[in-house]
Amino acid sequence: MSDSASAEASAGRHHAALQHQFDTMEQQQESATLGMWVFLVTEVMFFGGLFMAYLLYRVWYPAAWADGSRELDILLGGVNTVVLIGSSLTMALAVRAAQTGFPRATVNWLLATMALGGVFLVIKVFEYAHKVELNHVPGPNFVFEGPHARQVEIFLSLYFAMTGLHALHMVIGFGLLSVIAWMAYKRKFSPEWYAPVEMSGLYWHFVDIVWIFLFPLLYLVDRAH
Amino acid sequence: MWSGLPLFPEQASTVASQVDNLYFFLVALTLVFSVLIAGLMVFFAVKFRARNTAQVGAPITGSVPLELLWSIVPFGISMVIFAWGATVFFTIARPPDETINIYAVGKRWMWKFQHIDGQREINELHVPVGRPVKVTITSEDVIHDLYFPAFRVKADAIPGRYSTVWFNATRPGEYHLFCAEYCGTQHSGMTGKVVVMEPAAYQSWLSGGVGEMSLAARGQRTFQDLACHTCHMEDASGRGPSLVNLFGSQVKLADGRVVTADEAYLRESTLNPQARLVAGYQPLMPTFQGLVNEEGLMGLIEYIKSLQSAQNAR
Amino acid sequence: MTTPLLPREHYLNIRYGIASWLLTKDHKRIALLYLIGITVFFVLGGAFAVLIRLELATPAGDMVSADTYNKLFTMHGVVMVFFFLIPSIPAVLGNFLVPMMIGARDLAFPKLNLISWYIYMLGGIFTLWAVVVGGVDTGWTFYTPYSTAASNTNVVATGLGVFITGFSSILTGLNFIVTIHRMRAPGLTWFRLPLFIWAHYATSLIQVLGTPVIAITVLLLALERTFRIGIFDPALGGDPVLFQHLFWFYSHPAVYIMILPSMGVVSEVVACFSRKTVFGYSFVAFSSLAIAVFGFLVWAHHMFVAGMSVYAAMVFSFLSFAVAIPSAVKVFNWTATLYKGAIWWQAPLLFVFGFIGLFTIGGMTGLFLAALGLDVHVHDTYFVVAHFHYIMVGGAIMGYMAGLHFWWPKMFGRMYPEGWAKFAALVVFVGFNLTFFPQFVVGYLGMPRRYHVYPEEFQVLNVMSSAGASILGVGYLIPMVYFIWSLRYGKVAGPNPWGATGLEWTTQSPPLTENFTVTPVVNEGAYEYSKRETRVV
Repeated sequence: MSDSASAEASAGRHHAALQHQFDTMEQQQESATLGMWVFLVTEVMFFGGLFMAYLLYRVWYPAAWADGSRELDILLGGVNTVVLIGSSLTMALAVRAAQTGFPRATVNWLLATMALGGVFLVIKVFEYAHKVELNHVPGPNFVFEGPHARQVEIFLSLYFAMTGLHALHMVIGFGLLSVIAWMAYKRKFSPEWYAPVEMSGLYWHFVDIVWIFLFPLLYLVDRAH
Repeated sequence: MWSGLPLFPEQASTVASQVDNLYFFLVALTLVFSVLIAGLMVFFAVKFRARNTAQVGAPITGSVPLELLWSIVPFGISMVIFAWGATVFFTIARPPDETINIYAVGKRWMWKFQHIDGQREINELHVPVGRPVKVTITSEDVIHDLYFPAFRVKADAIPGRYSTVWFNATRPGEYHLFCAEYCGTQHSGMTGKVVVMEPAAYQSWLSGGVGEMSLAARGQRTFQDLACHTCHMEDASGRGPSLVNLFGSQVKLADGRVVTADEAYLRESTLNPQARLVAGYQPLMPTFQGLVNEEGLMGLIEYIKSLQSAQNAR
Repeated sequence: MTTPLLPREHYLNIRYGIASWLLTKDHKRIALLYLIGITVFFVLGGAFAVLIRLELATPAGDMVSADTYNKLFTMHGVVMVFFFLIPSIPAVLGNFLVPMMIGARDLAFPKLNLISWYIYMLGGIFTLWAVVVGGVDTGWTFYTPYSTAASNTNVVATGLGVFITGFSSILTGLNFIVTIHRMRAPGLTWFRLPLFIWAHYATSLIQVLGTPVIAITVLLLALERTFRIGIFDPALGGDPVLFQHLFWFYSHPAVYIMILPSMGVVSEVVACFSRKTVFGYSFVAFSSLAIAVFGFLVWAHHMFVAGMSVYAAMVFSFLSFAVAIPSAVKVFNWTATLYKGAIWWQAPLLFVFGFIGLFTIGGMTGLFLAALGLDVHVHDTYFVVAHFHYIMVGGAIMGYMAGLHFWWPKMFGRMYPEGWAKFAALVVFVGFNLTFFPQFVVGYLGMPRRYHVYPEEFQVLNVMSSAGASILGVGYLIPMVYFIWSLRYGKVAGPNPWGATGLEWTTQSPPLTENFTVTPVVNEGAYEYSKRETRVV
């Protein structure tokens, strides 16, 4: 390669965080971002199977779907939706802070995101506990009064599978953010290299978007009256 | 070729020769293309064998006309095969209007057949030659598949729903029937035979039964035993709709949909009454899941089919 | 020509010790770690096959019990599909060659690559454990309600093994996609890429899009079986056929994961041993993408007799015919490549000839299955078994063998013994046909799949098949022996024993850890044999 590299390019080539397989920081950053987008596509397909099952059974059993949905706490679900959207905002601000070189702000916004995520999970625990109390957990102990009990059990199976998988992703995201927050605290990020923060942001936004779909599909069936 | 080694099963149904003709065409096509490709490959490999390791091949990169040719021609051939296969499939999938109806229940690991006249068979099915037979199939447990190689037909037996297979046997004799969907330990033991009989022999077989009640009569008994008649009165004065002339008719549901009252509808309405609630009726009917088995359901269905008022009797 | 010497320093001897292998980030070492894993699973899956064929030599179930037999064919399928065929070429040859073919020092995410191998091994251990503690007997297709309610074998453990290994497949695909997009050497435009790369790119798209669906399917299966939640349970109003849709939505594209990389190998070998560019390069490249896309649209052709409407069946039948066309285009292009080539009869090319012939037969028999009226008769019979073994064994594994032979000198710096390799190719070809051709016949006669005992009239064909299997087994053992022999005693290969084009052949054999000391610059197409006199070095 020629010697007439610009200062920026040569800085990109000798950055402390440059991995050996990449030529420039720009290449590394772009690859990381593309990798995360591809991973998110796999997540869409992963949840997609559950959405397909949901779709089939909702078309088959609309009355049971309405009955089951009414068993869910729309207030708690709504609060969780606001909380999660708020956490996406704080996450975006964290990415911006990293991008513009403000490590302390990055850490703070990340912690705020984690806090809001924690609130979401706590509310979820309350919701699940309530379901256990009412014997609404599908399986041998399931009890439900109503004409469509069996199909309501399928609805609740999908409810637990979809929100459970979502919650698992949130827990993983929580862990991810704590690692990123630590790295930000240790001043590992700069405008030249903040890909891990951006990638975590993408992941977190994805988890948020899944919830945006789950909330109306699970909580808001036939609630218009 | 090999004396006595058959290459295809006996053609014992009206559709068998149609299926076999398509098969033979495809065998010929496969032979042609395989020999063509293999032949060209070997021919080129021999004719253009390199004389030394420094020799290079001709600078040919491709030919769009050739690419179009060998895309469009195979596609055209595929479409012919598709259309041919679809045509045969229409015949296989659509039983004629007038059929002898038989019910089959697969369970691990046997096939239970019920004739309308009341005969029950296990792993054996007697049918007359030359008349269309429709078998309505379900399963009591896992998915099975009722397969008659000599007739070239099969259908999955799925728990919770009905499927059908039909055939018109053309040659008297005994032929295999197999379970063709893996179902556990004795999957390969879930076999039997279908016995195709001349009309006279079939009649005498039918009447030689142990004085069995017809399926509809058995169904009527079930109808009484389960107290269905207390709500489903003939004159529609009860809490449930009248079942007279119900089978095959159009039913208006409470949610506005209109469905046909076929076997699947009758089965579902017994096991899950509120799934398709009839318009103008209260959701009072209890479920009979667990109180009636698949064979009982088939009896009920045949009984309900027999409920024709005088002016509608065929 | 002077006899080449092994280079003094290369990726194999740069560091010794088990830690240097288990903690490596070098894509080439990771490829060899995969090679060991998939070979172990191939032997295990093959052992199950031997037992199956031994039992089927007689109509009665006199060798093993029915339950044992059911476990044997299930585990043969699970091991061969998920732990051998799907990883094989991408994880071994793909990992080794993708960075080298594009002039890169490694994949985009080397640590992720190592994690992928650990995930693969973890999934494999779960499945091996399930085998050891009693096996699983649902068939590799795990159909409900048998798998959720009736089977009393280790379904969840096996499902978990498949679930975990699926992530290995996803991450490998992810790695390849980013690598191919972002790390090509200067001048290496898309249409100068070797067709091996196109094939792996298309495969990676399928891995990334399809595998998550089997993951969620297996998860639901495990949840239903463990907690009895009833998503697939008809007694609750659930739909057992929903499982089949979800399962095949992945498992059909999965077969293209298994064959596309092999097709990539075929393109490379045909070009090299004809000394000629692949005829219709861009058509072959695009056909890989077409197969990947269309492959997602045909899944329900496995379910024609499960009760779908005639119109739905017609749609899937039509699309199944459409997906065959790109594969046919490839076969024609490879054959045309040989025309006026300078054909060099070496073992890799012999395996490729086997591929082309057997894949043609396998592919054409797919048309039998796509034809609705015919599929009703042959569905779930040995006809289907023969069809997919022609594609998977006659096709994919032949391609894998061709690739192993072709790139062995690059990977290890030594040649395998050519005479023995030609012999092995012949034995495999003969054994294969004797094993699987009779299965077409016995399937059309009506012998269903997964049968432990069968009517006597099917015995002659079954004996032929079992006899062929023993020959086929020997055919696979021979290369195992001489490949290992060659590591020590094989002739030193030098950088480019085949005189092939391709960036991987410009490096020493075995390569340095970083592959290239100077990033290459590319200014010509992938197979410019005719532009130069290529000397064998």
